[in-house]
Amino acid sequence: MLTKKRAVLAALAATAMALTMGACSSGDKKDDAASSDTTAAAGTDEGGTGTAAASVWYLSGQPKEGIWANSFAEWTTEHPEAPINAEMYANDQYKEKIRTAIGAGTAPTLVFSWGAFGPVAEYVEANQIISLDGKVDEAMSRVLPSVGDAGKIDGVQYAVPNGDAQPVMLFYNKDLFEQAGVEAPIETWDELLASFDKFKAIGVAPFALAGGSKWPDLMWLEYLADRVGGPEAFNAVIAGEAGAWSNPDMITALTYIQDLVAADGFQADFTSTLADANADVALVYSGKAAMLLQGSWVYGSFKADAPDFVSSGKLGSFPFPTVEGGKGDKGNIAGNPSNFWSINSDATPEEQATALAWLNEKNLNEEMVDALIAGGAIPPVADAQAKLEASDDAAFLMEAYTLLLEAPHFQASWDQVIPSDDAQELLTNLDKIFLGQITPEEFASNMDKTL
Amino acid sequence: MAFFGIFALIPLVGVVYFSMVKWNGMGTPQWVGFDNWSASLTDKTTLNAIKLSLIVMVVTWGVQTPISLLLGVFMAGRQRYRAVLSVLYFLPLLFSSAAIGIIFKSMVDPNFGLFSHIPVRWLQQSYLSPTLALPTVMFVITWAFVPFHSLLYQAGVRQIPQTMYEAAMIDGASPWKQFWSITIPQLKYTIVTSSTLQLVGALTYFDLFYVMTQGGPGDATRILPLHMYITGFKSFDYGRSAVISVILAVVGLTLSLTLNKLSGTGKMESQQEGI
Repeated sequence: MLTKKRAVLAALAATAMALTMGACSSGDKKDDAASSDTTAAAGTDEGGTGTAAASVWYLSGQPKEGIWANSFAEWTTEHPEAPINAEMYANDQYKEKIRTAIGAGTAPTLVFSWGAFGPVAEYVEANQIISLDGKVDEAMSRVLPSVGDAGKIDGVQYAVPNGDAQPVMLFYNKDLFEQAGVEAPIETWDELLASFDKFKAIGVAPFALAGGSKWPDLMWLEYLADRVGGPEAFNAVIAGEAGAWSNPDMITALTYIQDLVAADGFQADFTSTLADANADVALVYSGKAAMLLQGSWVYGSFKADAPDFVSSGKLGSFPFPTVEGGKGDKGNIAGNPSNFWSINSDATPEEQATALAWLNEKNLNEEMVDALIAGGAIPPVADAQAKLEASDDAAFLMEAYTLLLEAPHFQASWDQVIPSDDAQELLTNLDKIFLGQITPEEFASNMDKTL
Repeated sequence: MAFFGIFALIPLVGVVYFSMVKWNGMGTPQWVGFDNWSASLTDKTTLNAIKLSLIVMVVTWGVQTPISLLLGVFMAGRQRYRAVLSVLYFLPLLFSSAAIGIIFKSMVDPNFGLFSHIPVRWLQQSYLSPTLALPTVMFVITWAFVPFHSLLYQAGVRQIPQTMYEAAMIDGASPWKQFWSITIPQLKYTIVTSSTLQLVGALTYFDLFYVMTQGGPGDATRILPLHMYITGFKSFDYGRSAVISVILAVVGLTLSLTLNKLSGTGKMESQQEGI
């Protein structure tokens, strides 16, 4: 009898392993909440005079990684009584961690995001971040109003732009264009498809795509849906209109994507290439792929990973081509208006005060704008023209800045705009579109279920 | 027993509770009864994940067991150079799974990988394509875990009294006959232990898959534990994620109990003469 019991216990113990992952979200919560209570209490004791240590998590990736690290370190030296403790995360890890942390009350004072929609809207609904109306006027006075608006929900400022504006553009390797005899910029979809044979003739892939990370796939759909159907196509999805995904324009855009894959438009095995290590960027500067559709931040990656390639003027860029008979304006852009900071409502008033003071004093100040420009990034501030023209990367920066100022519509990344679980569904289904495992109609019917 | 309660039973009950609520990580969980269950069990992605997990379980077990058994028997022998070779076989065990995943991933990378630079045709495959991704990861699993199971078998073989082999030799049994009639029956419990670890362990494979494929391309390698993770920590649907954990727990429990029954561990009879 005893041995039998022991056998059962042994079996239970062996399988308990399988549970730990699922269970840790609930288990951790208690511990973390308890520890954050104690730190919060300590903060109040110390901060009787109105200051306390704030915390922040920021994302890796140059040039901003260094800029933020410096800015927080500088602040901490200047204000030893109210330091900012900064921790760095990679993009994908951050997105997973911040949600759990906010739910568990262990999130940092400054919450990084992609704009006041999607997750941030959910945070607002759960009262997890505070309204910044009237508290960040100084910080907001520095930024472009159109970009600052992406931090508002129902007219209330919940998030402050914190870095570069990131329109998605087509980057290309000028050497390969010359060798293949293709003229840049490519202005229409038909010309784009026609160029493929020329690139294949010289043995390079027309496009690099980090399909393993899934979100780069989305840039293709964002642009194609816009060029074919205009901003209305996706606005219907945001509005939750029934059948918005089976809109014929959406189907056409998806069909274009499958045409692109069928024409071998991407490098071999693009579905296993990951963006986190900049493998897509490497494909372009190492001459294995001619073009890359990516956010403007990859200009910084090109500069960091292949400085000679950029300084010898071999990297070019142009806006996404138009589609014949399409409704979208050729000036429309997709991407991230900027990244944003919000303030955690779980932080004590003293911690919040520290974070607000930093936002007003340091966020996108002159020094940070100069550093962004030096890193090849586009600061979302109003009077950057002169500085951009004087920079080493004037050609690219001015092109992107003009694009930004003149865009009739700036579509923020879809996966950040719709709720998280729908966004995962979107990315998985789109991955299958790129793999040819489902048809555009199947995609539409799968996605319509999420509306 | 208290330990067991805190670290196994309470989470188990917690997970069952979470499988019946809708919760996105913030605010108050909403009770929805069996909605998550019916949704999960009809969901194509979940069914596909169950299928993949079963394939991984059966195939890795079927491949690893004979290899590690033979290696174990070899390592327990007294041939020359045996010690040196054993150390080499043992190496993969010293690396962390994440490191193994990263190394193999960069070896099979189609654009910058090691294999893409070796001018041998059959080595240049799309290892991480929808069709080959699962076999590739299963190969890596085998590579990584065979040393551990060989070690178990080596220890098992060392326990077999030499007298049995001596007696068999006097009776004129060939080494082949000795292997089948002495080694294998004597290793019965080792085989059960090693198989239990492999089969139940197959339900928890996560790191190698996460590092090498993240479940992709598409959902070609989205096995149950990864599916649980993605549902919970990327889609933030903790209810559906908990359903998958409960499935994993129940399957794991059933498996280890069945194996225990089959092997007759309860009887604890001795297999050795005079002991």
